[in-house]
Amino acid sequence: MAAAGAVLRQKLPGNMDICGRSGKGSPEFHVLAVDDSLVDRKVIEKLLRSLSCKVTVVESGSRALQFLGLEGEDSSVGFDALPVNLIMTDYSMPGMTGYELLKKIKGSSAFREIPVVIMSSERILARINRCLEEGAEEFLSKPVKLSDVERLTRYLLRGEADQVSEFRKRKLPKTCDFEFSFPSSPLSNDSDSSSSSRSSSPLPKRCKSV
Amino acid sequence: MDAVHLKRQLITFTEQLFREGFLDEQFNQLQQLQDENNPNFVVEVVSLFFQDTERLLDELSKALDQANLDFKKVDGHVHQLKGSSSSIGAQRVQRTCIIFRNYCNEKNVQACLKCLQVVKHEFALLKSKMETLFNLEQQILAAGGPPSI
Repeated sequence: MAAAGAVLRQKLPGNMDICGRSGKGSPEFHVLAVDDSLVDRKVIEKLLRSLSCKVTVVESGSRALQFLGLEGEDSSVGFDALPVNLIMTDYSMPGMTGYELLKKIKGSSAFREIPVVIMSSERILARINRCLEEGAEEFLSKPVKLSDVERLTRYLLRGEADQVSEFRKRKLPKTCDFEFSFPSSPLSNDSDSSSSSRSSSPLPKRCKSV
Repeated sequence: MDAVHLKRQLITFTEQLFREGFLDEQFNQLQQLQDENNPNFVVEVVSLFFQDTERLLDELSKALDQANLDFKKVDGHVHQLKGSSSSIGAQRVQRTCIIFRNYCNEKNVQACLKCLQVVKHEFALLKSKMETLFNLEQQILAAGGPPSI
């Protein structure tokens, strides 16, 4: 029962140190997380830290670009800064959306190889397609869970560059194999995505080739 | 009251919160993330949520009070609240937000005003329950018991 789990919650297994590699002097996995929500920033940061990732959290797309040195005169990163291995960004943000940030990153020769993951509470097919077509590695549904992030960092770490280019080679099929129903009216978008996010079987987050 | 009794109280109370839909599985996720390095993680996130929600409810009251109601603005705030409540597992607040957004889409002023009242009420209820829960945890610690396992 969920309640019992709430109190007698399990500790994370000892080998959950996914992002930090063993051995002295080995680089740690560095994730740049972008979200305008204060609460979500705190949660994603903890999720990533619990997997021993190095995390930089920023509140907007323009801050993210500043951090990467793609915008503004001040390149906060500098030459010694830990390179970014993954960018996780919220989709709906004021100013620059996650999609616009994605485009800027993929349009940059210096950073286009960094995998970008989009997070959103709204599972709108056109939005998902657009992001994947623009080169996002994955589209995660919010609320983001530990298992989502763990899975992500696992496959990104394993084989890294090869894995990344493999995903990008995949073309989107005309029809997507998603297990959610299309809203019957424009008004029921939210109720659909909300109810399906609570389903017992995990919904496929990425569009699989058929 | 000793730690054992308090523990039992905490379990029963938490079960009730889940049963009544105040909290959902996402709250479990947060508890799983809490550890010795961050023993107050859940309290910190929930407190952030409370602060953020108070701000949003304030914004919503102002936005809905305008002569020329900007539904897009109202929807924007509700969307934010929906997101943050979902992130901490505040199910009833989240569900109210979904209904609220539908009424924003329909540009139904009266319904939106009603939703605002409901969401304020749900938030007040949740806040009170969470305070009780955190209080119990504190008492358990003080009684020498370990924090929630």
